[in-house]
Amino acid sequence: MSTTTQAVMPETHYLNENYSIRSWLLTGDHKRIAMLYLVTITFFFFLGGMFAALIRLELLTPAGDLFQSDTYNKLFTMHGVNMVFFFLIPSVPAVLGNFLIPIMIGAKDLALPKINLLSWYIFIAGALFSLTALIYGGVDTGWTFYTPLSSGYLKTPVIVMGVGILIAGFASIFTGLNFIVTVHRMRAPGMTWGRLPLFVWANYAASLIMVLGTPVLAITLILLVLERGFHIGIFDPKLGGDPVLFQHMFWFYSHPAVYIMILPGMGVISEIITCFSRKRVFGYTFIAFSSIAIAVFGFVVWAHHMFVAGISTYSAMVFSLLSYAVAIPSAVKVFNWTATMYKGSVTFETPMLYAFGFIGLFTIGGLTGLFLAALGLDVHIHDTYFVIAHFHYVMVGGMVMAYLGGMHFWWPKITGRMYPEGWAKLAALITFVGFNLTFFPQFILGYLGMPRRYHAYPEEFQVLNVLSSAGASVLAVGFILPAIYFLWSLRYGEIAGPNPWNAKGLEWQTSSPPPTTNFLETPVVTEEPYHYGSDEEVTFGH
Amino acid sequence: MQPNFPLFPEQASTIAKHVDALYLFLVLITTFFSLLVGLLIVFFAVKYRKTPNRTSEQIHGSMLLEVVWTAIPLAISMVIFVWAAFLYYHMQRPPKDAMEIYGVGKQWMWKFEHQGGQREINSLHVPTGRPVKVTLISQDVIHDFFVPEFRVKTDVLPNRFTYTWFEATTPGTYHLFCSQYCGTKHSAMIGDVVVMKPEDFEAWLGSGKAEGSLAASGEKLFQQLGCVTCHRGDSGARGPNLPGLYGRSVRLQDDRTVLADDNYIRESILNPNAKIVSGFQPIMPTFQGVVKEDDLVQLIAYIKSMPTVDAGPINNRTSPAMIRDSEVTNIQQQMRQDNAGKKSPGKQP
Repeated sequence: MSTTTQAVMPETHYLNENYSIRSWLLTGDHKRIAMLYLVTITFFFFLGGMFAALIRLELLTPAGDLFQSDTYNKLFTMHGVNMVFFFLIPSVPAVLGNFLIPIMIGAKDLALPKINLLSWYIFIAGALFSLTALIYGGVDTGWTFYTPLSSGYLKTPVIVMGVGILIAGFASIFTGLNFIVTVHRMRAPGMTWGRLPLFVWANYAASLIMVLGTPVLAITLILLVLERGFHIGIFDPKLGGDPVLFQHMFWFYSHPAVYIMILPGMGVISEIITCFSRKRVFGYTFIAFSSIAIAVFGFVVWAHHMFVAGISTYSAMVFSLLSYAVAIPSAVKVFNWTATMYKGSVTFETPMLYAFGFIGLFTIGGLTGLFLAALGLDVHIHDTYFVIAHFHYVMVGGMVMAYLGGMHFWWPKITGRMYPEGWAKLAALITFVGFNLTFFPQFILGYLGMPRRYHAYPEEFQVLNVLSSAGASVLAVGFILPAIYFLWSLRYGEIAGPNPWNAKGLEWQTSSPPPTTNFLETPVVTEEPYHYGSDEEVTFGH
Repeated sequence: MQPNFPLFPEQASTIAKHVDALYLFLVLITTFFSLLVGLLIVFFAVKYRKTPNRTSEQIHGSMLLEVVWTAIPLAISMVIFVWAAFLYYHMQRPPKDAMEIYGVGKQWMWKFEHQGGQREINSLHVPTGRPVKVTLISQDVIHDFFVPEFRVKTDVLPNRFTYTWFEATTPGTYHLFCSQYCGTKHSAMIGDVVVMKPEDFEAWLGSGKAEGSLAASGEKLFQQLGCVTCHRGDSGARGPNLPGLYGRSVRLQDDRTVLADDNYIRESILNPNAKIVSGFQPIMPTFQGVVKEDDLVQLIAYIKSMPTVDAGPINNRTSPAMIRDSEVTNIQQQMRQDNAGKKSPGKQP
């Protein structure tokens, strides 16, 4: 931060241009919309986190003594629904992607600013439905909504929740559509596809999935609502339907959806690793195309969620084989990130710590995916805590780490102020320790045979559950700390200046916070991305 | 490791050690690659940390390395795939001589019926040293039959039979979990699997108050429900002849052939018009709501127990018995009246 001592705030920027509520609610500025999303999903993150805390509290003891069974079932459902549909899916794309993609490619805004604003309003509408379902007692279907339980048996407001997710899905489609059009049409002169930052590539790949996959979720939810509301038999055998059909349709979206969640996080890591290694990324083409490969292969592995659901032996084999195919591009990314550090000039600012955390935890999360794709082994660990641990290693250890790393990395760009480095490093460390303490015991629990979604459990599982709950309390501290010091920094943080990290990328060549039009004049790109090293002492052209 | 802090469930079936072997292999792979990546990061972070007298060296990549770290994980994952696929194939193929037990899952309990007619609720007794095939169906939502000590699991569906098999090795009492979320008391849908030595198991079978074997109960139902009026052995019968049917392939009206397994027979009782046997007319009424899942299990057991007849083409005749269309409604009406008195309260949410 030696470069920031003389930094001053720019006189006008996107935040202080107009302070009225109206100027925020009717804004077309991608940066302001990103901030609207930030506030919204932060709310849902802590709401979902609160449900998680209550789950871990209940699981401290084997008996279901804190909540009633129905209440517990609602807790894990609301945790899953909020975290997946209202936090993870929009997190990096709608906040960081919205803010950064136009700036990174040298554009003034996204291609369709009004659609961008509309997507936020649609998201809010979906969120309101979801909150309505919560106020009316919450739903207890599990975030997977398996039929016929969800369509014919439960008494909770499933339709309201389903409609909420359906609506929120359109926000995701619009965001994806906007990114695709923007990347194709709005790149600055000289910003060729081969010069796109890997963050843009990753979000582009995720956008493909959002646009192609989310409509299938919409169809599935509409069919669910038709069956539940109008008794049109689609999934319930009592009405002539087939319950396994629901699982095929649900996972056709929801498996690719985990790549919507993780790909943008991978993009964040590529930016951070290069910056704090002062290195050009190792194997640019391979990282870029592995994102596309993940997006494509991700669509043909859905039935690996159904190996014990009565599908035929041979189709199970095909889906297992394809699942291994989708694992390879992820491995390629991990190796390339690691190799990027080779002969670099590595420093250890907070975003880099989160990136280290991401690589380590994502590696474990990814490798434990191999267990679940292995047919004969999945039979034992399917629907146990092993799955829960695997999923959280990828989604929290991977995705949330990447999100927090990205928030720290671009916080000075977004707000113009630095966060307190010491506190931030402490929070990163607490998060890492708390995370592992929470979720590692769950791998063992799962192999021992503890099924997921159990309100009460046999006594022999208690020790590991207590460890997990203890870890969750540490993890909570790791998540609350950044919320506090980020807010603190808005007023008291050191002025960041345009490029506190001395990073490459167009976003660092404009002021912090950027002006409403992002750049005072359209930038012309003349060099490769991550052109570190050659001009280490030269700063930036202001 | 202390005995009260185990890392594995007990190995109580023949398959368990094979599953654990694959698991250990994957644990080794995971440990190796996690350590490799973790140590490389630590090593690079220390060795190439920023120092005043050195700047980073720009390297764009290496085709050789990319090929190596694509090919090696691919090769390893193919080994895992093939290994796991063989194991799964083995798990999906019960031995022909397996002892058959039927199970019904419902919110929130398990019911099991042995061939001899012994019934159990939330417990399942099995002998060691003999393959056991459990055929399962749900009366309501999807459940899941999971015995960690056996390393077996299968979803229990409401519209068709699924099965799993195991050969228990160690006497003891093990948990039977429902591992597919099924509503309020999902976590209370736990039963006991009691593994006994063969002689103890025989004694247990003898001690229960069985109301006659499954097949015998099925035969009674077969008479009561009036199945026998059409499914007769003679050439003028209105329904296909059933002895020897089970396990054979059946030619349908549209020239498809299907295997006459549990699911086929169940479907043919509940939804007779779904698959019409070649040479017959779609006159059978549905028994949906008339026979419960337990009854279906007994009827199937009876059909399975029927003696095999000479190996001619099954249920396939060239000249169908002549039934005029006008007769069909009469026949169906007659059957409905016959069944009206016996109608059991089928749960229809």
